Amino acid sequence: MSATVFGSQVKRREDPRFITGRGRYTDDVQLPGMLYAAILRSPHAHARIASIDTSKAAQLPGVVRVYTGADLQDRMGTIPTAWLPPESDIKTVAHPALAVDTVRYVGDGVAMVVATDRYTARDALDQIHVRYEVLQAVAEQELAMAPGAPQLHADAPNNIAFHWKVGNATDEVFAQAEVVVRHRIRQQRLVPNPMEPRASAAQYDPSTGELTVWVTSQNPHIHRFILSGVLGVPEHKLRVVATDVGGGFGAKIAVYPDEALVGFAARDLGRPVKWTEDRREHFLATTHGRDQVEDIELAGTRDGTLTAIRVKALANMGAYLSTAAPGVPTILFGLIVPGPYQIPYAGADVYGVFTNTTPTDAYRGAGRPEATYLLERMVDLFAREIGMDPVEVRRKNLIPKDAFPYHNAMGLEYDSGDYHRALNRALEMAGYADFRARQQQLRAAGRYVGVGCTTYVEICGLGPSQVAGAVGFQGGLWESSTVRVHPSGKVTVFTGASPHGQGEETTFAQIVASKLHIPVEDIEVIHGDTARIAMGWGTYGSRTTPVGGSALAVATDRVIEKAKKIAAHMLEVSEADVEFVDGSFQAKGAPQRRASFQDVTLQAYLAWNLPAGVEPGLEASAFYDPANFTYSFGTHLCMVEVDAETGDVTIDRYIAVDDCGRVINPMIAEGQVHGGIVQGIGQALYEGAVYDDQAQLLTGTWMDYAMPKARFFPNFETAFTETPSPHNPLGVKGIGETGTIAATPTVVNAVLDALAPFGVREIPMPLTPQRVWQAIQNGREAE
Amino acid sequence: MIPSAFTYERVHTVDEALASLAANPEAKLIAGGHSLLPLMKMRLAAPAALVDIQAIRNLHGVREVDGQVVIGALTTHAEISAHPVVRSLLPALAEAAAQIGDLQVRNRGTIGGNLAHADPSSDLPAVALAYNATLRGLSPAGEFALPADGFFLGPLTTAMPEGAVLTEIAFDVPPAGTQSVYQKVPHPASGYAVVGVAAVIGTDENGCFNYVRIGVTGAGDVAYRAVAAEAALMGQPPTDEAIQAAAGHAAEDGVMGEDLYASADYRAHLVQVHTARAIRRALP
Repeated sequence: MSATVFGSQVKRREDPRFITGRGRYTDDVQLPGMLYAAILRSPHAHARIASIDTSKAAQLPGVVRVYTGADLQDRMGTIPTAWLPPESDIKTVAHPALAVDTVRYVGDGVAMVVATDRYTARDALDQIHVRYEVLQAVAEQELAMAPGAPQLHADAPNNIAFHWKVGNATDEVFAQAEVVVRHRIRQQRLVPNPMEPRASAAQYDPSTGELTVWVTSQNPHIHRFILSGVLGVPEHKLRVVATDVGGGFGAKIAVYPDEALVGFAARDLGRPVKWTEDRREHFLATTHGRDQVEDIELAGTRDGTLTAIRVKALANMGAYLSTAAPGVPTILFGLIVPGPYQIPYAGADVYGVFTNTTPTDAYRGAGRPEATYLLERMVDLFAREIGMDPVEVRRKNLIPKDAFPYHNAMGLEYDSGDYHRALNRALEMAGYADFRARQQQLRAAGRYVGVGCTTYVEICGLGPSQVAGAVGFQGGLWESSTVRVHPSGKVTVFTGASPHGQGEETTFAQIVASKLHIPVEDIEVIHGDTARIAMGWGTYGSRTTPVGGSALAVATDRVIEKAKKIAAHMLEVSEADVEFVDGSFQAKGAPQRRASFQDVTLQAYLAWNLPAGVEPGLEASAFYDPANFTYSFGTHLCMVEVDAETGDVTIDRYIAVDDCGRVINPMIAEGQVHGGIVQGIGQALYEGAVYDDQAQLLTGTWMDYAMPKARFFPNFETAFTETPSPHNPLGVKGIGETGTIAATPTVVNAVLDALAPFGVREIPMPLTPQRVWQAIQNGREAE
Repeated sequence: MIPSAFTYERVHTVDEALASLAANPEAKLIAGGHSLLPLMKMRLAAPAALVDIQAIRNLHGVREVDGQVVIGALTTHAEISAHPVVRSLLPALAEAAAQIGDLQVRNRGTIGGNLAHADPSSDLPAVALAYNATLRGLSPAGEFALPADGFFLGPLTTAMPEGAVLTEIAFDVPPAGTQSVYQKVPHPASGYAVVGVAAVIGTDENGCFNYVRIGVTGAGDVAYRAVAAEAALMGQPPTDEAIQAAAGHAAEDGVMGEDLYASADYRAHLVQVHTARAIRRALP
């Protein structure tokens, strides 16, 4: 491969259209005769619908139709769940697109208005009169499991959605341990908040029976698959388009009631229909992330060796099971609990619990941040317990590089790694030893600085389809790619992955350019349209490059293989004697006999003189199923100062050393790390959805829910080590989620390290100034 | 995020505005719109009519008159924070205006709209109190001039007469030699003040405090003057102990509010801490 393109900082080719307002987002779809939908959402967390009177709304000029749950229940299917963890007794409760007789969270859809403009549609919502019989509601998973709690679904006793267990950590292991640290952690609920809100538009062509649905999706083919079932439109008559999507962070994996409703209405009314959520709706009706209560035990020896970890987790699933939701606190969480350490015994025991809240689902990292957070917090508590430097505990227990492939206690095979190299690099960048010395001096002067460290490993590159099946994911996790070379040698690439901000229009072009030795500008990357791409599984789980990129590499190699045959014929040498060097096919030993790539592509299409048995054209597809997941890893370090008088936390430095295998574009990889860190620190310090005891969302706008802002952060210091994945053709791993996974515990560990003189062991996230201040007060009183 | 239907009218003189308000009791004045429109989009406010006063020319600008700086009600936060007269004579106002919202808000939002809206977490009320501002305007009953002290009655409630138009705000230029600062704890989500303290401080030839005015915003339902802290500081030497002791009284004149982000106790603590910091920062 050409070293100049693969691994170079090519500028993101998609950005000019994004930053000049020329993106083609779902809300940009504008069709003649278009109607606009608005959805009436329940103001109550739990209520029986006694009656709905839509007559006044229906009479408003401009209103075309008002639908209720009762109107639709026999005309469209319910919204399914697509991840069913095995042996978990999962209750896949019915989730109607509009509530029929009961609403189960604030934001649950009750009725839909379709009108000639969005203002009329919105006004009409206020004219729908719903009589609710309000029921007791419950927002917290522990309360929901308690006797006497309000019951959400008749077929899910005690609100238990599923119970899933994994691991080999027995009571005996802990009973015999020299040191056991026990701790309870709450992973607060987060609201994803991509810049583009969710939207959907649909158009039905009665002459062909084709329904086109534009939707803010990370996985349009999964949308097509599920919507086909919900709407009863066969897959070959259903086109799903998600060309430009303005961020997803997991919240655009799910198939929501809303896009099903829009598709239904477009077909029912025979006119295009569009719906776009507003930010208030986003807070209520788009899936949330995290929300776990965890009781953890970590065992080890006085000399710092970790021997066992187990966690009992209660995961708040919200009112219904969203598309991928059950896989998040189980497979994506439980299997990675032992993290990057040689811990022989590990276990996870997880309850998924229904509550009267917005359904939860994947949110950047999805399960892996939760696992990493609890492990990294526990390692710090363990270090404190035995009086050892937390970095030394990590160094001592990290899996050594000669132990790969490494099987963790849950049965995962970590493909490759050099964890100590990343740790050493980060410590060096940080000047860790010097910092510890300075910390002592500053403490003596009444200043509280701290350093936090996280060493992590991430399951990414989802994943081998066989494993997907074994863990209950109702789909494959391979990826498709087609490389179409045009007669002039220009190339169109089709991928089943569905990038929505990650930059694969650039990095995928770099992969092809490096193999074909053609300029990046000669390559167009097409994604996000089921009419143009046969099948694919989308973008999530840091899979796009390791799986989709590998599919592309394989397809490109197939193109080269065929081109070689044609070139051999042109050069009148045997195929074995042709080599592809710097963009030319040449005879081995006689490089003056050569044909350029463009000469060959032209001949492939002219087909005047092709070798026997070779078809015209130059195009190849690959359906790539990875042999394993791939495991990115790294070390993050953060230095903070706490203002003990106010509780304010200032992040002085943030250092990230990540290893995602071979890096295709360092600038894009670094950008992914930056965004991830910001989101991870968002959880640590700022974000948190709060419900009151009536399960009303109290943080429902950007006035109360604190999104991280650029000005909150110092410059991040990032670096990469490169340990190739041994099992995919590019040697790549994922980078989209590492920052989020590592940053949260890094920052919390740093703050708690700063507050060690006050004896503070725990502050619930987010670590707001008041909570930090309160912890200091409590610590001072205890002294 | 779509407001209820409303009518819109643009007026060009204060008299036209008064007439429109008189004709329609449901009408609200709109200037920059950055306080009112968010409420309307959430349908927390649904005025039937908006009277847009932005085109009234003589309500813009900053001028110096007889020991006062007089600022037209329609002057934007961006104009105020950049204005050389404000920066030299009312530095705490410049400092506060520069911290309101974000760039877009500062380019649109106006001083008059901000003060008349009387959001309890807004920055400017603290400054208006500290600089002994007078809020002037016209009502159906004629001209009015109200001191900032007493103007803010509660959340979104002021002493302005019904149907009135706020036209200008006159700030007393503090005595020569005084220093003034605005010290803010912004809410990480909204950017509004969790606590904001404006302090105008003067010291005599011995370094003892001889001029103290302190305005506090964000802490509760309404901005207030920290009179007890002012009194405690007067005549004191500028020592850490004296400042600390005086700042300890800074929450006494207000009723601390409580929300998800900050409890009443914590707010009171922040008021004290940031009053002390403001005073220290204002020392020569």
